[in-house]
Formats: sequence, structure tokens, C-alpha cells
Amino acid sequence: MALLAKPPELSATDGDTPPRRRRTGPLLALGMTAALLALCLLSAGLGAYDIPVGDVLGSLLHRTGLGGHALDRVGESVLWNVRLPRVALALLVGASLGCAGALMQGVFGNPLAEPGVIGISAGAAVGAVASIALGLTFLGNWTVAVCAFVGGLATVLLVYALSRSGGRTEVVTLILTGIAVNAFAGALIGLCVFLADSAQVTQITFWQLGSLAQATWPKVLAVLPCAVAGLAVAPWFARKLDLLALGERPARHLGVDVERLRLVLVLVVALLTAAAVAVAGIVTFVGLLVPHLLRMAAGPGHRFLVPGSALGGALVLVAADLAARTVAQPAELPLGVLTALLGSPFFFWLLRRTRRRQGGWA
Amino acid sequence: MRSLFRSRTRHLPLPSPIGTVRAEARALRVRLGGRTVLSEVELAVAGGEVLALVGPNGAGKSTLLAALAHDLPAESGEVWIDGRPAGAWTPADLALRRAVLPQSAELSFPFPARDVVRMGRAPWAGSDAEDEDDEAVRSAMAATEVTRFADRSFAALSGGERARVSLARVLAQRAPLLLLDEPTAALDLRHQELVLRVCRERAAAGDAVVVVLHDLGLAGAYADRVAVLHRGRIAAEGPPSEVFDAELLSHVYMQPVEVIDHPRTGEPLVIPRREG
Repeated sequence: MALLAKPPELSATDGDTPPRRRRTGPLLALGMTAALLALCLLSAGLGAYDIPVGDVLGSLLHRTGLGGHALDRVGESVLWNVRLPRVALALLVGASLGCAGALMQGVFGNPLAEPGVIGISAGAAVGAVASIALGLTFLGNWTVAVCAFVGGLATVLLVYALSRSGGRTEVVTLILTGIAVNAFAGALIGLCVFLADSAQVTQITFWQLGSLAQATWPKVLAVLPCAVAGLAVAPWFARKLDLLALGERPARHLGVDVERLRLVLVLVVALLTAAAVAVAGIVTFVGLLVPHLLRMAAGPGHRFLVPGSALGGALVLVAADLAARTVAQPAELPLGVLTALLGSPFFFWLLRRTRRRQGGWA
Repeated sequence: MRSLFRSRTRHLPLPSPIGTVRAEARALRVRLGGRTVLSEVELAVAGGEVLALVGPNGAGKSTLLAALAHDLPAESGEVWIDGRPAGAWTPADLALRRAVLPQSAELSFPFPARDVVRMGRAPWAGSDAEDEDDEAVRSAMAATEVTRFADRSFAALSGGERARVSLARVLAQRAPLLLLDEPTAALDLRHQELVLRVCRERAAAGDAVVVVLHDLGLAGAYADRVAVLHRGRIAAEGPPSEVFDAELLSHVYMQPVEVIDHPRTGEPLVIPRREG
């Protein structure tokens, strides 16, 4: 009896806590940063006019006044007017899309949420395309970016309002809402094409395919504030996003002002997506793929996931852009086509896996 | 935009003597989906006691708990928490004062159980109490016997294990008011007893505990006071020995019951009357 009186499980569980899971985050961040730097140098050197990596480094050092040496006139021009703005743009767009994907998945509490899948990229593109087709220039260089932002924001709010119930978004509702939004955005873009003249049509086609081919320094400067502001603000909300995974009410019970958090994050997502879409057109699946792979590698904690996805997104996009312009030389694949080609099968696999885990869509 | 990012000063709860009223419903009436779910509810819970809410399905137990947690707006009447109307606290201040265990535990992303428990410490981030984080998480996990699977993903746990991890999260929050919605529903016999012992310990330490229970035996054995809800009203309220009246319970549950005293402890036992 004396033995039975003592709860038998306590002795087995109340001892020392087991060792924590190994933290892979810092290591992964370090690896991604190193890979990103290497890829940027490689991407600046490779292309129709090859520049050896050593010369790229030399020219970079020369311009920053740290030694090195300038290239010949052509090399210098290719590197500084064509390659480097393109690499810089790929970095900004990739980081924005990766980060926006991680935030959006956190806000929707659904790992399948992504700016492209649920139609926010398309909404931002409608804004951008409309501004081209209607010949709007009221804000100069910024017009397209601002219109993209307004389009993206309106779409985020719409999807958000339409697809949530009880603080959660079921997969089916989200995807179906995405289909509807994408269809509507497609129709609006079609309408703009119908109204546009042939020069504008060429410009519009660029949005629909997604590309960094027209990268210039002014374009980099046009998106820089949007992207940097969004990326700088996002990590602040990491801990609250963790809590939001518990659901809306429990998050509120833990002191999160859920309404305010949602509003701010929706604004940040629209800002980041608009920044990316304004210069690169519709580039899908980066925001889906990157946070997913990182979650598998380093766990779902947003303190790593949000900045990590920005880093990973930049890495993926620099690599994808390098591939887009080198695999079919001298022709160039549209970047959006390439990411969709690689991303769609991944999305398909993800759907299958989610369905198997849930045992149906319920 | 600035108001969206400003950091506000928080009001840390002061330690209060046992017996201080932690939550109070005053002439509370709540409507949900066009139907009055609670009306004329007067109820208070003080530090040092365990208050059980019992009643048949749909009587309004969970609604009352949600109203006390300030999840649902009152149509009329009001809820006070820690000496102020609940709406007068900011979400951050409220989180320092009351912890809530929801009926079902869900998680959007596969966090390990330990991280889920640690989420309970979020309200204290940046305060002096942050130093207690590790100790609070450790003792909450020990109290609910979840230490063994602390590193497993929450999604991979059984229903009962998830319920205990969620309870550990609520305990780790160390708020002076605990609102628990059916904490024993998914648990086996041993862990049902464990959870209510934990409730008693927290009450003994000065916290106020409100717990929704279906098992009248548990309510009779562990609660200081029981409130019986019936069609959105409190039909009876008081110590279990007074409230557990065969006639009242038979009427409320629409099921004839007998109430007998436990031969050893004297606790009231409620048993459905079965013919045969």
C-alpha cells in the first residue's frame, strides 16, 4: 500500500529536464549569409560578358577606396550599370518576399498563406499595371510603387476579411479566396491591357511574367525605403506572432493586442509585397517556399523565422535570377516563370502533406 | 503610426491578502447570436478559493468564464477584475492578472511543448519577473507532469497530453486569477485528480481559481464553492455540501439523481438514479 500511495510517475518525470533541442538557427543564418555573399559576387561576374570574381572584388574595393583596381571601360560599365543594380534589386525583392511570406503565414495562422498564392501580388500588380495603362505620373518615379502598395493593401484587407472565421483561416477558404482574388485581378489586368497602347502593353507583359531585367539604380532607390522599412519593423513582432499561433483568444489572454498587431502586420506585408512587385512584377512561391524550409530546419519560432526568411528569400532570388539569365543564354527566362516552375511542384507536395496530416480538408 | 509602436507603462499586480476579490460579475447579461445566454449573473471569486461552475450542456458555463476573462462583451451589467472594470485594463495589464485555459488547445505551427509552456511567460517580458521565467516554466511542467515530453512537438501529442501542456502554459503565467474551462475533459482519472490538486495548491498560495467542471464528484471534493448554472442563470451557489441538493440537481440536469455522503470523507457524492 505504501508503494501505491506514492504516484509512480512522478519519480520518472520530475527529475532533470531533458537537454534542449540543438539550436540550428545561428548556424543556418551564418551559412546562408556566406552563401549569399558568394552568390552575389558570382552573379555580378557571370553573364554574356564574363567578369572574373577577382576583378569584381577589385572593382568593388576600388570604388569604396580600399585599394583594388578599376576594370576597363566596358567591364566597369557592365558591372556598375547592369549587374550590380540587378543583384541589389534581387536582394531587396527576395528579402521582401521571403519576409512577407513568413509574416503572412503567422498572421493567418496557416502555413500555406503566401502573397502570390492568395492574390496579394496580383492585387499589387493591378495597381502597378493600372498606373502604367492610365499613364499616371502624379508622384514621378514613385507612382508605380505607390499604386502597387495601394493595390496590395486593398487586396490584403479583402482576403483577410473574406477568409477568416473565428480567428483562424482554414486551408480551403484561403486557397479558394486566393483563386477568386487572382481571377478578379487577372480580369482587371486584362482590362488595362485592353485599354493600353502597344508600348504600354509591352511594359504590362513584364509585370505578368516577373523579371529583374530592367534593373537600374533609380529603381533600386525607389524600392529601398519600402523594403528597408518593412524589413526593419518585421522582427519586432516575432514574439507576438509566436503567441498568435495559439489562436486569437489565447494570444489576447497573454497580453497581445490582436487587432493592432493584425493591422500593423497587414500594412507591413502590403508594404513589402508592393516593394517587390513594383520593380519585379509577380514573382510567386518565394514567400511560400523559404519560410517552410526554414521552419523544417530550425523550428517555427518567429524570432529566427522572420529575419531568416528575409535572408533566405534574398538567397533564393539571387540564385533564381542568376539561373534565369544564364541557363538559356543568350536568351533570358522571365524570373517569375522560373520561380513558378520550381515552386508549384513544391506547393503541390505541401498540399498533399497538409492533407495527409489533417486527414482531409474538413 | 506612432501609437502603434509606442511602449506603454504597465501596471504590475500588487500582492493582495487572501480574500481579495479578483473577479466579479455584476448583474451580468450576455447575448450571443441574438440569444440571451447569461442573465442576472452575480458572482465573485476571491483569492484563496476554488470556485467550480457546473451545470448541464448549454447552461452558460463557458460563456460565463469567457465573460469573466473579458473575451465577450456584456450587454448589460459588468465584469470587474482586480478592482477595475475589465475594459479599463489594457490587454497587457489584463494578462498579468488573469490566465485562461481554453476548452480546446490548437496550435498553428509545430512548436515543441516546452516553447508552448514558455509562451505563458510572455506577459512578463521586460519586467523584473522575467528572471523567474525558467523556474516558472520548470515548475509548471513538473506540476502537470509534462516534463517527459517537453521537447516533442505539440502537434504530435495526444489530446490529454496537449491539455496538460496548455495547463502548464497557464500555470507558468503566474496570474493571480485562473480561469479554467473544463481542464479535466480529456484527462484520465489520475490526471483529473492531479489537475484539481494543482488548483487547490494555487488557491492555498492565494490565487483565485474558477474552474468549469462536468464531474460533480470532482467539484464536490475540490471546490470551496460551487455555482450551478441553469439556462443562463445561477440556480444555486455556495459550498458543495449546501448546493448539492438532490431535488435541485435533478431539476437542473433533468435527470433524477441521489446525493449521498462519502462514508469516509463526508464529501457529497452525486449519483444518477438508475432503475433496476
